[in-house]
Amino acid sequence: MTHAETAAATATNDEPAVAAVQSPRSARRPRGLRRTAELVLFLSPALLLFVGFVLLPIVLAAFDGLYNWTGFGPLGRFTGLHNYALVLTDPVFREAFTHNVIIAVASIALQLPIGFGIALLLNRRIRGRSVVRMLAFAPFVLPYATTAVMWSLLLQPGGFVDQIMKQIGLGRLVQLWLANLHLVLYTMIVVLTWQFFGFAMLLMLAGLQGIPAELREAAALDGASGWQTTWHITLPLLGPTIRIWMFLSIVGSLQVFDQVFIITGGGPANASATMATYLYQRGFASYEFGYGSAIAVIMFIICFAFALIYQRFVLRRDTRGALTRAVG
Amino acid sequence: MRSVRRCAAISLAATAALTLAACGGGGSASSTGSAHVTLTWWNNATAGTLKNVWQQAATAFHQAHPNVTIQVEPIQNEAFTTKVPAALAGNDPPDIYQQWGGGQEATQVPSGKVTDLSKYTSSWIGEIGTAAQGWQVDGKQYGVPYDLHTVGFWYRKDLFTKAGIASPPATITALDADVTKLKAAHIVPIAVGSKDKWPDAFWWEYFAVRECSTATLKSAMKAVNLSNPCFLKAGRDLTSFMNTKPFQTGFLGTAAQVGAGSSAGLVGNGQAAMELQGDWDPGVMAPLTSDKNLNAQLGWFPFPTVSGGAGAATTVLGGGDGFSCTTGAAEPTCADFLKYLDTPAVQAKVVSSDVGLPANSAAASALTMPALKQVLQYSHSVTYIQTYFDTAFPTSVGQALDAAIADFFAGQGTPQSIIAAVKASASQ
Repeated sequence: MTHAETAAATATNDEPAVAAVQSPRSARRPRGLRRTAELVLFLSPALLLFVGFVLLPIVLAAFDGLYNWTGFGPLGRFTGLHNYALVLTDPVFREAFTHNVIIAVASIALQLPIGFGIALLLNRRIRGRSVVRMLAFAPFVLPYATTAVMWSLLLQPGGFVDQIMKQIGLGRLVQLWLANLHLVLYTMIVVLTWQFFGFAMLLMLAGLQGIPAELREAAALDGASGWQTTWHITLPLLGPTIRIWMFLSIVGSLQVFDQVFIITGGGPANASATMATYLYQRGFASYEFGYGSAIAVIMFIICFAFALIYQRFVLRRDTRGALTRAVG
Repeated sequence: MRSVRRCAAISLAATAALTLAACGGGGSASSTGSAHVTLTWWNNATAGTLKNVWQQAATAFHQAHPNVTIQVEPIQNEAFTTKVPAALAGNDPPDIYQQWGGGQEATQVPSGKVTDLSKYTSSWIGEIGTAAQGWQVDGKQYGVPYDLHTVGFWYRKDLFTKAGIASPPATITALDADVTKLKAAHIVPIAVGSKDKWPDAFWWEYFAVRECSTATLKSAMKAVNLSNPCFLKAGRDLTSFMNTKPFQTGFLGTAAQVGAGSSAGLVGNGQAAMELQGDWDPGVMAPLTSDKNLNAQLGWFPFPTVSGGAGAATTVLGGGDGFSCTTGAAEPTCADFLKYLDTPAVQAKVVSSDVGLPANSAAASALTMPALKQVLQYSHSVTYIQTYFDTAFPTSVGQALDAAIADFFAGQGTPQSIIAAVKASASQ
């Protein structure tokens, strides 16, 4: 869900509408007026939805965060930025944020090579290609809750995972996957990787299809080895795809909730807590809606700041190219 | 061109419709008097016998009062956490919803959407006894219980026999000895579902109930203050008890009630000898095991006494389930329906679905399981029922307490840190 949302968000960020307004400079005035009228008409439903369901809730949440509000009745005591300060100084929130960052880094470190490797493999004509493609993509299509319930059963002490490890002679490595405070976060990373590597694979596979075969052929004629072609031709040309995937992956990692909440609830002792599980625990379960709103706003600011910085420094060359082509 | 214009017209219409929808909304005000009344009823019976019992109750009430229709809407238990606040903040809450009373109810009352039922219930609420006080806020009845709960030990007779334990322990010293015996027989002594936090809280709370006098407990709940040294002693008792390592391997990741690997599943399948849980536990275990003879294997005993503790042995930790009406609901119809749920006939059906002890003790005879009859008998003999601390306290404090106790179970806390967490949360 988060991926779809962020994908939609990035799509709107390219601002094709602005480009469209500016382009017909030569048009006479009545036509320009009419065009504006049309734009207002066409954009107003989307704009209304955007303001009503995106901007307004954010503003309201920021406002609610200023109050000590239980979620029932009037807003209660005005506490200024107290809630925000409390969130930022709460060791549990800091721990949760660190976990989000670890998940984001690990997601890229694991899913990028796995996704790229499988995409390369599936880009060739091999037997059973569509079956492998389907299998690799299947985890991503599963509802998050289903994945979570499935893994929490597999990871029970003495459960399926432990039994398999014993069968293949790795019995000594069996751990308390969900109960070990030092391990549980990494268990969650394995589950998240399992769920999402198919998405990386799919995007990169699509990217690979867009790379002309002639380039690889030419490189091969010039005597480049398979490894060299992949490293110097394929990977750079896949750059835009990888960069947009990394963006989606990091934003998804910052917002991860479902799997963690169902498998561990963020525990034991917050060892697997994320910002979103912390938000649920304090905002909803504890009826601290003012405090919860403050957490949500801080989460939003973190994600938004990341998105802006990433767009400015990483995605700029990709989106710029796309825009010039669309306008020109 | 034409199509563009038509498109424009459509989007204008869409915009207008959205605006209107935003401005409108609400307005399913229930009618009063002899007109037809519909009551929507949010309850947590999404499966099992109780679901049918509620449906039957709704149908029967409609037959007796043809102008009243009860619309049953079962909602998954955990979803109430998010749905109730949203509903009470909005303009269209359900007419009747699940209510656990205590501090949580007190937190909901300021919404102005929860009906004070006192004048409708005063004539009959006495039948429920003192337990009904758990659903009062400042002496006003904002909710009505339909069943009551008692926390104690559920144990497997077969495993106790196997370990050579003749009778259930009456003191903590005896419980320690039994843990040793069970371990010697290679049986997991006690299962606990620490993933869910509240089962951990039962342990600390019961030590507190045994260490603190009834007067101390009452004033601590009222003042939301655990500064009395007896609460610190409870934590120390728990520390030394946990040093005997009585729980199953990996208990920190174990759920309480979901799946065969949950603590209830472990006891139900004979993989652990006992569990500190509510009276509902046999009903939770039944679907998690293929053992049809489970109920005959299960025995019950109250939380053992702690030597030197100021708490009476006849004090019990418990709570219950109930319902509240919202202000949009037709009165006295809604209150009448809650009264109907507490009549012996409906109560007998509730009891037979193994969800708890009857709120109306007139239905006690409907209990079939011998161990549950024992629980009921015990609960009638008690001098004071201490509501689960997380329900008795305001919700935010209760949750902070549960979290601190769960941290303590994970080795990330001390007896002092539990007290400090409550203090910090209460002062926020």
